[in-house]
Amino acid sequence: MAAEIDGEHSHPQCIKLPPAVEVFANLKNAQTFAIDIGLSLTKIAYYSTISYRKALYEDAEGLGNSGERAYKVFEGSRLHFVKFETRYIENCLDFVKKNLVDVERFHGKSIKVTGGGAFKYTPLLQEKLGLLVDKEDEIDCLIKGCNFLLKNIPCEAFEYHRHANPEYKFQKAEPNIFPYLLVESDEVFERIGGTATGGGTFWGLGSLLTKRKGFDELLQLAERGDHRNVDMLVKDIYGGDYSSQGLPGELIASSFGKAVACGQPKFSEADLARSLLITISNDIGHIASLYATVYNMDKIYFGGYFLRNHPLSMHTISYSIKYWSHDKVKPLFLRHEGYLGAIGAYLYGTEQSDKYSWLENYAGSSGFNDSVPTDLGMKIDQLEIDQAEYIVTFCPLLKDPASYNPDTTDLAQDKEARDYWLQCFEESVDKFVARAIHSQPHSPTAKDRGSKLKEKYINRLHYLHTQPVAYGALTVRILLDTIEHCMKEFDFPDPYLHQKKKENEEALRHLHDRITTLDKLEGAEKIKALILGVLSGNIFDWGAKDVAKLLETTDFGFKEAQTKIPGRPWLEDNLDDWIHRLQNGQPHKCAAIFVDNSGVDIILGILPFARDLLQRGTKVILCANSLPALNDVTYPELVVTLRDAAKICNVIKQALEDNTLIAMETAQAGPCLDLSRLNLDLCLAMVKHNVDLIVIEGMGRTLHTNFHAKMKCDCLKLAVVKNRWLALRLGGDMYAVICKYEPSKTKIYDIGIKSKTIGDKKTIEDCPSMYKTDNGNVQMR
Amino acid sequence: MSPQNHKNNLTPKNMESNGYSTGKIMAKEARNHSSPCESMDSMPWFGMDIGGTLCKLVYFEPKDITRDEANAEVETLKNIRRYLTKNSAYGKTGHRDTHLQMNNVRIRGRQGTLHFIRFPTSEMGNFLALAKSKGMANLVTTVCATGGGAFKFEDNFKKEVNMNLAKFDELHSLIRGMLYIETTNPHECYYWSNPTDNSKCQKVPYDFSEPYPFLLVNIGSGVSILAVYGPENFKRISGTSLGGGTFLGLCCLLTGCNTFEEAIELATGGDNTKVDKLVKDIYGGDYGPFGLPGDLVASSFGQMNSKDRRNTVTKEDLARATLVTITNNIGSIARMCAVNEKIERVVFAGNFLRVNPISMKLLAYAMDYWSKGTLKALFLEHEGYFGAVGCLLQFNGESS
Repeated sequence: MAAEIDGEHSHPQCIKLPPAVEVFANLKNAQTFAIDIGLSLTKIAYYSTISYRKALYEDAEGLGNSGERAYKVFEGSRLHFVKFETRYIENCLDFVKKNLVDVERFHGKSIKVTGGGAFKYTPLLQEKLGLLVDKEDEIDCLIKGCNFLLKNIPCEAFEYHRHANPEYKFQKAEPNIFPYLLVESDEVFERIGGTATGGGTFWGLGSLLTKRKGFDELLQLAERGDHRNVDMLVKDIYGGDYSSQGLPGELIASSFGKAVACGQPKFSEADLARSLLITISNDIGHIASLYATVYNMDKIYFGGYFLRNHPLSMHTISYSIKYWSHDKVKPLFLRHEGYLGAIGAYLYGTEQSDKYSWLENYAGSSGFNDSVPTDLGMKIDQLEIDQAEYIVTFCPLLKDPASYNPDTTDLAQDKEARDYWLQCFEESVDKFVARAIHSQPHSPTAKDRGSKLKEKYINRLHYLHTQPVAYGALTVRILLDTIEHCMKEFDFPDPYLHQKKKENEEALRHLHDRITTLDKLEGAEKIKALILGVLSGNIFDWGAKDVAKLLETTDFGFKEAQTKIPGRPWLEDNLDDWIHRLQNGQPHKCAAIFVDNSGVDIILGILPFARDLLQRGTKVILCANSLPALNDVTYPELVVTLRDAAKICNVIKQALEDNTLIAMETAQAGPCLDLSRLNLDLCLAMVKHNVDLIVIEGMGRTLHTNFHAKMKCDCLKLAVVKNRWLALRLGGDMYAVICKYEPSKTKIYDIGIKSKTIGDKKTIEDCPSMYKTDNGNVQMR
Repeated sequence: MSPQNHKNNLTPKNMESNGYSTGKIMAKEARNHSSPCESMDSMPWFGMDIGGTLCKLVYFEPKDITRDEANAEVETLKNIRRYLTKNSAYGKTGHRDTHLQMNNVRIRGRQGTLHFIRFPTSEMGNFLALAKSKGMANLVTTVCATGGGAFKFEDNFKKEVNMNLAKFDELHSLIRGMLYIETTNPHECYYWSNPTDNSKCQKVPYDFSEPYPFLLVNIGSGVSILAVYGPENFKRISGTSLGGGTFLGLCCLLTGCNTFEEAIELATGGDNTKVDKLVKDIYGGDYGPFGLPGDLVASSFGQMNSKDRRNTVTKEDLARATLVTITNNIGSIARMCAVNEKIERVVFAGNFLRVNPISMKLLAYAMDYWSKGTLKALFLEHEGYFGAVGCLLQFNGESS
């Protein structure tokens, strides 16, 4: 599909918005449509191909010459979801019609439609788009959409704890999502039952009882009210607790019980709204817990118009569920609850959906509860989900996949860290953008795109400052990933490409000397020197603000880097254990090394280290990012680099020939490492080659993420802390060293991943993770 | 009202201290009425259930007074008997439900009539003043009472009419009273046949001689749901705050009415489909995939967010919608509780059902429809008086 082009590819027409958010993006190429028409909100889903450029490492011939030729255009797939108020449906359909290329191609085709308005708007859909309406069952769509989100979107589900820190407790990617109960509280129809008391009741009764007429107005009003003025409490009847039945006096005995023939009302409209909200929340919670009991479930996911992630209604529902279920049932909410029906409807209309892994696009999605104003005179929310190029799964060597959390610090909870990192990234963005513009010297639009990128990223940081959980858990990893999403979005596929190439070439010139020096050493001295080499190499990181300055302004080389490594004991120092292990233990069967930066790091640090393992009889899998992130080594780059290194080092040459040194890609696209979304092929290879040692290198991969990750096998984590603030916070200083060796305590055996082939694509049977553990089979539906 | 799911925690010991002999003997006595005759000294016999909205008073009028007893009877006692039995209205808000009156009942060896009286709990002050004016303060020292008001108004009773309240557990009294009345009155328990067809729908007596297990749904201001396995073996498994008080409170707010009777009358003339959103309003007909009929309410008050619709509905429609909403909700919860407890008979009681065939028929229909005929909704003639009756039965002249 790739076609080489010279110029810029133009973005398809879309509504341009002030904060550089595009609404109905990529509409031109839209292929399959689906629509969920609710009584209040409508969600349009469409699948569209997007073209983006990839930088080609091999053809990057130095800056300024034919550098711009080093790109190929690829086609990716993206799911777009746009949510707006149903009353604007006609405007939106007109807009879609106007912007679709060759609208006639849809004539006679069908569109999946679900939701309560499907019936009413059928003629409109047929008239506007010429599409045949194919109605899909609402509940089926909700369930399918829910499964899709839980499986593909990290931090999709959360618990809500009002006034706690953190208020939002996000669920980790979980290998086990079933069984659960889904409650949709708009017009409540659950798969197993329902109640007519829901959001419509709140709105309808609220409109009758107060002068506020809007749904959100009513919720706001409820925030200020006190239900105790309207409801009859146990203590109003008993004078105190009803102790023989264990009912506390504050418990509501009769909702609205004080409104009976009250003469002079002693309550306000706000009190009425509050009482109404609590009455309905309690009731939904009660009925949902009863269903959960009948069907023996311990998780309930809530969605629907009544909640819309409104804190007060989430709070009252959570309270009610916990109360009625005696804390046995966990109430969960979904970040994208509004899109369930549309996602489900879309999935029913397509066959390709479930075979792939998908990723939330942080650049294109509006945040949690964050509507974007548009030219169409209405506000919309949107969600973009990219089809991952790779099928991903949990790393097979994670000790406990269910409890694995890649991120070390939850910035939503840790305000000090949040403030620091948001500030730090804001200060760094100029550098990143300058680098991006610099990487495309011949492009007339680079500057413009660069300034848009900056605006978007800074807006996002400011937004996260006020709404830390807008995109789920807030972590350094997410902030870094967002940069990469924005780079891709604004067509800067690999800003560090030339820098990386230059540094690799430079470092290769020193590889021979480095190896010679190391080979003069023996035993513990050599092992220590190899580790020091990896650590020194790891200093060469353009992502670290202070180091970047150093690299730019001085003639900073490997020798200079070595002098920066502090004396022992280090901040985390298990070096002696590591040396002991290598000297006294059986050689490892196979090591998987997750590498970090290009240049000195990979070539003078990692390669000699890997070479030593090879010489000990250990196979080595070098695992590199699939897509660029800062100056991190990418897989295509790694392949070329190994080929070049083989010309210098015979051990490497032989190992490549013997297939004992293997380069593989991780499916990662950022400077961190999420072991719950690892390339399936890599996972299969790890099992096949009996990996019994995992080496993770760099701040992003061992400090921001995986610092607490526990493996089934030996694990060595190496990094230099190149951020003074973080180093001090950890109790060290700039260039503090992490050398954390965690030997496996148990023998690993019986690890397996099943995969089956669909078409020519490998896929995992219908679940994010299927693996065997020591305790027996962990199997999912 | 409450979600607690635990066994009743009345121990035999504290029941005895409440003047309660023992459960077994009482239950037996309630069935064969063969315990020894009690003297007039402890009279008048009252049972009182002071709820959140209504106070229920049951009075036993002895009909077997001997000449000696009559001579010995104090004038005050005679006056009280005369006042209670000759009137059916007391003050502005007190009523005697004459149609529920039970003649020729035997309680603790005495033959007599049970009278059923109710007044709003908010009138407790007037009631106490009346009792005082009738000389009650000079007579008895102890009255048996249950319901929250037994606790809340205990001091008032002591201060104003020099009465001690022997307090009994509400739920325990409820079940005792219900079992007693049910065995005493052959037509107490009934069901509604053909609840959806007004021309065919009728009350049909139900033989409840083998009652256990059953679910007892007591709808007062709030709702308590009890699973009953035997006369002394029950647990409160659930409850909801959406009960009769909610219906009346909302109706007062929405229609400006003042009493339950008014609210029910309004509801009788109204049409909830002008207020609620039905399945067919959304789907154009039945919702096939889940077998939901088009006439089913999908969203209670779901049409009322529209200004136009608000302007066209009547008070009657709103009252009807409120009644239907509350009733259906109670029905849903009761049904799921029955499923959870694996119980097939659901007995509805409480004053919410008084003069309220609309709700009874809805409940009858809902139980039958959603359970595909496996659940049966049963009703009782003395709807709200069981707590008070249970209390009266527990009365023991020697208690103080």
